Amino acid sequence: MSSQSPETGPRTLFEKIWNSHLVSPESPETPAVLYVDLQLIHEVTSPQAFSVLRERGLRVRRPERTVATMDHSTPTTPRDGSGKIPITDPEAAKQLDQLEKNCADFGVEIHALGDAHQGIVHVIGPELGLTLPGSTIVCGDSHTSTHGAFGALAFGIGTSEVGYVLATQCLPQRRPKTMEIRLEGTLKPGVTAKDIILAIIAQIGIGGGTGHVLEYTGSAIRQLSMDERMTVCNMSIEAGARAGLIAPDETTFVYLRGRPRAPQGAEWDRAVARWKALPSDPGARYDATVTIDASVLEPMITYGTHPGMGMPITGTLPSPDALSDASAKASLERALKYMGLTGGQKLLGQPINVVFIGSCTNSRISDLRLAASMMKGKKVAGGVRMLVVPGSQEVKHAAESEGLDRIFKEAGAEWREAGCSMCIAMNGDQLKPGQYAVSTSNRNFEGRQGAGGRTFLASPATAAAAAIAGKVADPREMAPSQMGRA
Amino acid sequence: MEKFTTLTTKTVVLPTQNIDTDQIIPARFLKVTDKEGLGKALFSDWRYEKDGSPKPEFVLNKPEAKGAQVLVGGDNFGCGSSREHAPWALADFGFKAVVSSSIADIFRNNATKNGVLPIVVPAEVHRKLLESPGMTVTVDLEGTELRLADGTKARFPIDPFARYRMLNGIDELGFLLNQDEKITAFEDARSHA
Ligand code: SF4
Repeated sequence: MSSQSPETGPRTLFEKIWNSHLVSPESPETPAVLYVDLQLIHEVTSPQAFSVLRERGLRVRRPERTVATMDHSTPTTPRDGSGKIPITDPEAAKQLDQLEKNCADFGVEIHALGDAHQGIVHVIGPELGLTLPGSTIVCGDSHTSTHGAFGALAFGIGTSEVGYVLATQCLPQRRPKTMEIRLEGTLKPGVTAKDIILAIIAQIGIGGGTGHVLEYTGSAIRQLSMDERMTVCNMSIEAGARAGLIAPDETTFVYLRGRPRAPQGAEWDRAVARWKALPSDPGARYDATVTIDASVLEPMITYGTHPGMGMPITGTLPSPDALSDASAKASLERALKYMGLTGGQKLLGQPINVVFIGSCTNSRISDLRLAASMMKGKKVAGGVRMLVVPGSQEVKHAAESEGLDRIFKEAGAEWREAGCSMCIAMNGDQLKPGQYAVSTSNRNFEGRQGAGGRTFLASPATAAAAAIAGKVADPREMAPSQMGRA
Repeated sequence: MEKFTTLTTKTVVLPTQNIDTDQIIPARFLKVTDKEGLGKALFSDWRYEKDGSPKPEFVLNKPEAKGAQVLVGGDNFGCGSSREHAPWALADFGFKAVVSSSIADIFRNNATKNGVLPIVVPAEVHRKLLESPGMTVTVDLEGTELRLADGTKARFPIDPFARYRMLNGIDELGFLLNQDEKITAFEDARSHA
């Protein structure tokens, strides 16, 4: 079931990280025990894990290797007069209280609401310099794959496993397979990292990466900034892969240097020397390889109810009648019915009600800059609600110091506090039944953004274009001059 | 977790492909701090009208679903979020196994920790199950075999350690805690590297 790691000879980035974290190797009867360098926790998937520790009388083995934040059920409504973010939902308040108490009782660092580093768990990890190349990172959240952008083996786990890591700093794991996704060529103007990953998922399918760790390679990947690499790795899980990886390089080191928790001084130099040895060796073998020509990619948008139902923005929806496989046909019919769309139609011109810019996929400063560059001096179309939700307090402050908040507000958008917000619709930010949204988040499942809500996933550029037009629009036609890559 | 014993039960069929964990339990039900009682929220948006009354046409609301312990889902079951609330809700509702032609990684991992056996069967067997809702099946974890009422037998893959744990009703925490010496040795070796 698992590929064998050569003892000597060329190794992949994945193999190097895996081998260096083995506390004990796997056997047919028992899984490997993998050491976890960093665990990130949040309010929604950790309470029951702490309960298990209490029930069994266990302590947190390495409290300094876990960091908590509040993001999922956290309100993002603007602060009240006293500077506090009001929590009106008693269930959310209870979860947030419990997280604070659990962290206090077990000695875990927490970035609570109001803290300068509070934010979406996958935004604050890299921002603080906690996410380091060659490390193993887990979180009770499937988009932990984001951290793979730094060449860290990072994957989502369930709550039981959150408890295991708290208690032992380890996880039982079977070795996954590896899949190389090679992207060569230069992106056309107006094509972003979000479009790359939506195109990959549309090509390999939402189960295409199951059982695999993806490694994104090739010249198109090397040209991406860290923010863009995070967007790509973030959605690896939407192809069924638990983790996505990008080998660290100068771009990675420049991003990390000087971050508060990154190694400093002589430690830094030693770390960089180690990190430089991480990239896959020439001739290293993957269990599968997919090659994609990046130069032909177009801005992408999803039309259905999973992230694999994506197409170029100028495209037409597939027709169920054209499908021969009965279950695929039924699945497409169901998706179109839910979305209120018909096969063969275009999405361009489709009226929309809401635009959401945010989530761990696209809520970093470069995403906000891109959207703001298109919104500047423009207005959100009448009847459209636009929410801009920065990924972290740090992103929020950076955006405010650049005046991006004013651009959004003057355009008529809501400028929010940091959190997951309408990506998961747990905190009151949600679609009404039947509403259409263009969202920069990562999931368009039925009801994901609110029961009955209909989601088109796209890049921040496409989302901004939709906000201005009040309908699905090609961002390249809205602001051609702005569409070079950052 | 209870020990998993061989069970003979009816199936409930949800043929939809790619049933994601947001359908199994929508996010608004994740604002809990314990795991009890989530069966009520299982497939909530498919199962209830806006006013909370059950939708009579949804399979879990039909009388024939009563007592069924095996859920047969369409291809790629359990994709999406890592929420363990999904198997908690399935287990609380009374399901002991989920059958599909493929099951997403994180869901599969979470399921075995909560007494819900993930069973992947070949496409022909999957089709038979999808086409005969309510069929009586026997789930034999000891023999890693699913037996259908029509005599079809399908061996299913299961990690030997997961099988051992489910048969004995234990999770992995004990196994990990027993590795304490090795973990300490690993940590020491690293800090001196
Ligand atoms: S932003 Fe969305 S996908 Fe990301 S961690 Fe929050 S809820 Fe999950």
